Amino acid sequence: MVRRVAVVDSDLCVGCGSCMLACNRRFAEVGYGKTAIHIRSAGGVERGFVVIVCRACKNPPCAKVCPEDALLPRDGGGVRLIPNKCIGCGYCVEACPFGAILWDEEVDKPVICTYCGYCVEYCPYGVIEMREVS
Amino acid sequence: MAVKLPVNLARVLYVDLTRKRSWVEDRRDLIEEYLGGVGLAVALAREEGVERADPLGPENGIVFAVGPFNGAYPMGSKTVAVFRSPLTGNLGESYAGGRSSLAIKFAGYQAIVIRGASESPVYVAVHEDEVKFRDASALWGMSSSETVGRVIREREPNPGFRTIMRIGLAGERLVRFACVVTETYRHFGRLGLGAVFGAKRLKALVVSGRRSLEVPDRRGYREVYDELYELSTKSNLMRKYHDLGTPMNVLPLNEIGALPTKNLKSGRFEQAEGISGEHMAENYLIRRAACSGCPVACIHLAGIREPYPHEKYFYKTTVVSYDYEPTYSLGSMLGVGDAKRLLRLIHEVERVGLDAMSTGVALAWATEALERGLVREGDTIVKLRWGDAEAYRRAISLLVEQPNDFYSALAQGVERASQIYGGSEFAMAFGGNEMPGYHTGPAAHIGFLIGGRHSHLDNAGYSYDQKRAELPDPEQVVDDLMAEEAWRMVLNSLVVCLFARGIYRPEMVSKALDPLGIRRSVEDLRELGWRIYRERMRLKVDAGFDPSRLRIPDRIFETPSPHGLISPDYVQRALEHYHQRLKDICTP
Repeated sequence: MVRRVAVVDSDLCVGCGSCMLACNRRFAEVGYGKTAIHIRSAGGVERGFVVIVCRACKNPPCAKVCPEDALLPRDGGGVRLIPNKCIGCGYCVEACPFGAILWDEEVDKPVICTYCGYCVEYCPYGVIEMREVS
Repeated sequence: MAVKLPVNLARVLYVDLTRKRSWVEDRRDLIEEYLGGVGLAVALAREEGVERADPLGPENGIVFAVGPFNGAYPMGSKTVAVFRSPLTGNLGESYAGGRSSLAIKFAGYQAIVIRGASESPVYVAVHEDEVKFRDASALWGMSSSETVGRVIREREPNPGFRTIMRIGLAGERLVRFACVVTETYRHFGRLGLGAVFGAKRLKALVVSGRRSLEVPDRRGYREVYDELYELSTKSNLMRKYHDLGTPMNVLPLNEIGALPTKNLKSGRFEQAEGISGEHMAENYLIRRAACSGCPVACIHLAGIREPYPHEKYFYKTTVVSYDYEPTYSLGSMLGVGDAKRLLRLIHEVERVGLDAMSTGVALAWATEALERGLVREGDTIVKLRWGDAEAYRRAISLLVEQPNDFYSALAQGVERASQIYGGSEFAMAFGGNEMPGYHTGPAAHIGFLIGGRHSHLDNAGYSYDQKRAELPDPEQVVDDLMAEEAWRMVLNSLVVCLFARGIYRPEMVSKALDPLGIRRSVEDLRELGWRIYRERMRLKVDAGFDPSRLRIPDRIFETPSPHGLISPDYVQRALEHYHQRLKDICTP
């Protein structure tokens, strides 16, 4: 079985963005440019927050549209990016129905979640957890 | 492809509203000297010549600045704005959180300088390297700042990575204590930045960015981050600000007789229970929110469910952010002890974009002036009475509308209004800025008087009062408060939330700067604090600030504080000492 980052309850989210900063900190950099998880308001802070992160699909639409086979489906769900195969066409971004693929402007390639769970360690309110892909 | 930038940004974005031009300058010289934040903003404001500017003229500059800790460390979540204040006439300095600081930083700027004035309403959208001047004529005159936020939200890209700073009608109509609202519930509240936006016909400033910035010591950075994250999430500070939020102060302050009530006729409010943090949380709290980069989440949102008058079983829910300061100023200060009525008042202030503190204090003065016959009902139009929230709600609209001389005067603050109508002995402003909610003792009021922006957060005199059973000589109080203010110049240059001041002690600041490639010893930092304090006070003095002309409202001597009746001689001695020290500090 493989694991993914799952949203426990987005109503617990306060929108601090500690998860986004943590994801970016995997590269020991400060910012949002390399984050694979995205928090935004649900149309204004008063409506709460939306947590957008790769669901590790078993039949991933992003991989299906990749013309270079740069996104390899992972056994059990999810994908892995082969950066040197990626030509930066952005089809994967459009194919993901959740909008869970952000773009790394610096290298002009998608940011693909590696299911490492580093973001989970920095969520102070238990909004997200590591869960086996069912 | 984006260019990789270092975490220690030196880029300053200049926006000229008159010529509709923008450009970026490398200001390494200033960043190296002042780190960022208030130190940088004061230096840039000096270059803009704000000390010579008409606060509402095109020559007034606005500087927004962030610092090395924004985005880098937990609770590094604030942006400072420096400008010339239309309320006090001297230096304006205001702080806000929301998404502002991380948006500016990750757009790739340490500061944004706004010059000139637009002929017709505009809003400026900064998306990293792209700067657009967008027509805001259709947004001008909209009744709610919340709707303005929604319209811009749907029109601009990068949700979650952006700040939308905007003004309401109060800013457009140049109410001298209009605020700039950001992310609906945070504010550059104090000293009238909203009126400066309004005078420039700048309806909003949108900034977004998603850059990733390089850190020189990658390993050290992650280690220090983890230490600070642990401290900010495991400390009781987290609980304190997260659970009840700042309104936790209502009952304890009332208990000791320090909660300004009915224009500070009293330090105790008989209905304090009804507007306490506990009552709010149990009955109205629906959500907590955080500023970007801050795990604490002190923002408390209340929901008020109200029926539509003409249709049965049809309701709307209005979401209102409540904090201690509006609870004091629109609650106890006006004798409003009903939570729902208080929330409606806060909502009204939010809609039109006024500073909650100044508004409450102005209306409290007006109520007492009416009571004493200094003004008549013909002036106030509505009959202002303690606790009558509906009358106050209408008065807030009138303050924005300014239909007569009285409201035009009141829209300039209580200092000005009391010069015209009398009643300065109970016009609760210090240095021209309406008072915050602390009647804890002499140190609080000395703090308001001597603070650079006449705010409780300048030097925390209110905390000084509460930590001591007996106060030392007034000279000592002034020395201690000035030292605190000088250290806060460092925190405000980083720019961390002052709620985190217990975590960001000098040793920790020095240690956390190190992996970012900034070497500063504890002694260096303390010295830097004083240097920024001096530069800032010089700018304030050059803008016309004269400590010998500070007015002390008699009311503070008439209402007992937890330290008993405050002695006028004690406060006077404090001011004389301050005046001397300021002279020494400001003389080259």
